[in-house]
Amino acid sequence: MKERILLCGNEAIGEGAIQAGCQFYAGYPITPQNELTAYMARRMNEEGRVFIQSESEISAINMVFGASLAGARAMTSSSSPGISLKQEGISYLVGCELPAVIINIMRGGPGLGNIAPSQADYFQATKGGGHGDYHTIVLAPSSVEEAFSLTFLAFDLADLYRNPVIILGDGVLGQMMEPVSQIQNSRPKVKNYSKDWILNGCRGRNPRIIRSLLLGEGELEKHNQRLQKKFKEIKEKEVRFEALYLEDADFILVSYGTVSRICKAVVSNLRSLGKKIGLIRPVSLWPFPEEIIKKTAKRLKGILVVEMSAGQMLEDVKISVEGACPVYFYGRMGGGVPTEEEIFKQVIAL
Amino acid sequence: MEKTFSRPKSMRNVVMHYCAGCGHGIVHRLICEVIDEFKIREKTIAIAPVGCAVLAYDYWDFDTTESAHGRAPAVATGIKRILPDRIIFTYQGDGDLAAIGTAEIIHTANRGENITVIFVNNAVYGMTGGQMAPTTILGQKTETTPWGREPKSDGYPLKISEMLSLLPGVVYIERTAVNNAKNVLLTKRAIKKAFLNQIENKGFSLVEVLSSCPTYWHMSPVEAMKWIDTEMTKYYPLGVIKNNC
Ligand code: SF4
Repeated sequence: MKERILLCGNEAIGEGAIQAGCQFYAGYPITPQNELTAYMARRMNEEGRVFIQSESEISAINMVFGASLAGARAMTSSSSPGISLKQEGISYLVGCELPAVIINIMRGGPGLGNIAPSQADYFQATKGGGHGDYHTIVLAPSSVEEAFSLTFLAFDLADLYRNPVIILGDGVLGQMMEPVSQIQNSRPKVKNYSKDWILNGCRGRNPRIIRSLLLGEGELEKHNQRLQKKFKEIKEKEVRFEALYLEDADFILVSYGTVSRICKAVVSNLRSLGKKIGLIRPVSLWPFPEEIIKKTAKRLKGILVVEMSAGQMLEDVKISVEGACPVYFYGRMGGGVPTEEEIFKQVIAL
Repeated sequence: MEKTFSRPKSMRNVVMHYCAGCGHGIVHRLICEVIDEFKIREKTIAIAPVGCAVLAYDYWDFDTTESAHGRAPAVATGIKRILPDRIIFTYQGDGDLAAIGTAEIIHTANRGENITVIFVNNAVYGMTGGQMAPTTILGQKTETTPWGREPKSDGYPLKISEMLSLLPGVVYIERTAVNNAKNVLLTKRAIKKAFLNQIENKGFSLVEVLSSCPTYWHMSPVEAMKWIDTEMTKYYPLGVIKNNC
């Protein structure tokens, strides 16, 4: 018999990390991701791994920096205002090519905003976020099951590319309870990446330096070119998305995370009324599934992008479409969640 | 003839970028001597700061990283918790440790992390061109206190070592100087103790070293050494501040 465990999204992320062999977690309390920190406090201790409640978000990300350069799989989590504080550290992680997993359970902003769900950190997550030319890999789960599996995957991608990976969820995903079957059953295997770059004392080898300061003539430009090559490889290999009814659709919705769940309901509703509607749900927000959107757009009457923001992913959709069809937008901000009826009306009106 | 003085093994044979009369070179060397004497070069991981000593990894011949400004104690915490049997030390200046990194140093000390901190206090920001540091003494002229540090507008020099000594997680803090032969020897003794404490798993140790910056004190190296005695030590008295072991 297949066992299913009921968890909230935040806990599923925690368990995904535990099963992926996360050896170090540091975090600072912030709503709506507190279940995750509490889960890690308990589980990391049970597993004999390191849990630290840090004095700030800044310290948490820098502890992760230290644990990662010492060879450990390391994670921190927070929500929007806290993620802003971590941007310095994320930039340093990329500059030093250190793997790390960072969870952002987004809430309403700007500023302190509120604690309601939001997707307004899309730009920050996918376009760099901190200083310098860089990208982090960004994965957006839309269910509790996926919160588990994408977190597990995030650790592999971080090690493989020696780059931070962000899990971008929202308050709804973090709080909602759903069954997760993978935890007991098809437990994925933890991959081991040989890390011949870590600092663990120079016994039997030459001393190593991990740094992002490159002052020599042309040194930093070369380093950046190398990073860009890596980002290009990630763009080629790590695009992930889900598509519904693209075979016959003449109109599609594009949305991610929690909003895509609502959009799916709208799609099946409209389908039962005979409308040829489809959906593309980006799972990796960076790299963005440009190709599939570009290919599909050529034979569409239009695309409606739905987000819990003023229209951020919208820009990437427009870039992908290259003017091949009209791109419409419906969004709610500041913690507002678009309802099925609202989206339905938008589509009908178009 | 017997050779009685040579470059420590843990130190690379390169020319340093520090100004004439700068204290950093002396402190670097003392750390290397101690690491050699304890034979811990192959298990040491250093964290260099942002500041004049950011290039310390060019001089030290052991594993070294460089952290964001002020964050070295958090980075050290991450490394030490993953590799508890390695020797981890941070090397931090006054701006790094006592201004931008105040939260990190206080909480790392308060957690009693078993690491060693070498805190170089030269009362000024060197790398950025001589601005006021948290430890700049009253009346001291800098780029950002052109008429001298004035408490009403600039606040008071921060005695961070004394503050840290109040924390139960801290086992050892001593303030020394590297402005004459005797003080250099005392500094070495303190650094040695701070490393020994870590080797013996005793907990958080910090050595504050009063160090010269002739360039931004606008003095000759000789005057700078004297100024440590006549001015700096008045506000920052030398000696053991806390010893719980
Ligand atoms: S500026 Fe001051 S601290 Fe920096 S290297 Fe020169 S003397 Fe030393």
